[in-house]
Amino acid sequence: MDVKPLSPTDLALAASLLLLLGLLSWRLRLGLGRQIFIAAARTTVQLLLIGHVLRLLFAHVHPGPLLLLAMIMLLVAGREVMVRQQRFLRGIHGWLIGTGAMFVSSFSVTLLALLVIIGNTPWYEPRYSIPILGMLLGNTMTGVALAMDRMTEALWQQRQVIEQRLILGQTATQAVAEIRRQAIRSGMMPIINAMATAGLVSLPGMMTGQILGGSNPLDAVQYQILIMFLICAGTGFGTLVAIRWLERQLFDHRHRLRLENLTSRERPTSEAGR
Amino acid sequence: MLPAEKGWRYRYSRAGCRESIQWGPMPDLEVRNLCFRDRGPYSFHIAGGECVGLRGASGTGKSLLLRAMVDLDQRTGTMRLGAIQADEVAAPLWRRMVGLLPAESYWWLESVGEHFADFSKVKEDVLVALGFDRSVGNWHVSRLSTGEKQRLAIIRLLANQPRCLLLDEPTASLDQCSVSQVEELLIRYCRDNEVPMLWVSHDPAQLGRVCHRRFLMENKGLLVGAGVLQNGC
Repeated sequence: MDVKPLSPTDLALAASLLLLLGLLSWRLRLGLGRQIFIAAARTTVQLLLIGHVLRLLFAHVHPGPLLLLAMIMLLVAGREVMVRQQRFLRGIHGWLIGTGAMFVSSFSVTLLALLVIIGNTPWYEPRYSIPILGMLLGNTMTGVALAMDRMTEALWQQRQVIEQRLILGQTATQAVAEIRRQAIRSGMMPIINAMATAGLVSLPGMMTGQILGGSNPLDAVQYQILIMFLICAGTGFGTLVAIRWLERQLFDHRHRLRLENLTSRERPTSEAGR
Repeated sequence: MLPAEKGWRYRYSRAGCRESIQWGPMPDLEVRNLCFRDRGPYSFHIAGGECVGLRGASGTGKSLLLRAMVDLDQRTGTMRLGAIQADEVAAPLWRRMVGLLPAESYWWLESVGEHFADFSKVKEDVLVALGFDRSVGNWHVSRLSTGEKQRLAIIRLLANQPRCLLLDEPTASLDQCSVSQVEELLIRYCRDNEVPMLWVSHDPAQLGRVCHRRFLMENKGLLVGAGVLQNGC
């Protein structure tokens, strides 16, 4: 079954809904109009761009360009993790933690899936490797960013309690045990919720895409189950690595809380004040 | 005692933090050239069983001095308690030995007893001395008054059996009756266990009651006893 192609008019109709939402946001002073516009523009440009890139990659299968694209995706995801935090580490570590954690988790899980589970020839077949890596990076990025933001914010707000625990002779690991647990839970919650409601409340995007593309629904479901498991494992490993790494950066070898290693940015102000 | 040559990796490890110390009699506290946050160097000595008062205007760095002495802030200089150098033991272990009572105490769990390693081992006479009984372990933290929190913080500190006491205005939030109870308990602990004690207070009368000697902290440095300038700056 062929996919019915969408015309620019079809997309413009969908965009008009966002325009309506933007008008409502402006009227109700929600401060979301500018963000919706920028996000919609980025989605359009980025997806059109990747569409052309993927067409080229599918036509000329070679590991070099694939690796280049994967590295670009990773670096951008690392930057996204950093900018989504209210407080982040100064210097290169702020970017390195998110990027490193996603490299360890997303790349290793994607490699495992491509080499062991799917087993295509060649194993880096772009029709499989790029979508899987993209989905893993996207979801891991959300989990890692949420967990790190929760961790740094909680450390900042509860610094007196943490220092009280250190004064009483607890180690750094003991003093932040609850905060670490909550941060990891925050990072994992979106994918756990998504898995719990998949098929009942929501039809996941990849599965929907495959069905729209004409695949057998049962084949699409099996791939979706695989992807959900991979995302959950990738997010879990990535979050654990990021939080542990972050913790080591915020305490020194004398178990001193080093919040001066954090820097903060102002949250975006609402457009109500414009 | 932990051998210094094991390095900081060992002292950061769980084993390093759990190491137990063999104590000789009457450990004294010696601080040499202690510098922190552009302050210092501070040098002084407190004998075992001696209580030294520390006073000075707000903002002169009394609380910062105590923080540096338990290694909460970055510092240079050496500190010795008995035969043990601060840098030779894991920081959590040093903090358990050199007990600090901050000006404000914090409680993060639901009940009082959960904040102790083992509440059943808290001595009855300590609880009674500050007006509590053993049921206080079940009290809900959110219902404690400021004064109760402060008195319980003192009990929590002593439960660690520190070999030195650093007290940052321990009676600032207490009524006169409680002040007497706290003074009596802390003096008794200092005397019976022969531990050095540094007592920060803005009340000259209190320092006169509890201390053998007094330090005066000024922006220029630390004045010891009758105005001898101990350190530079």
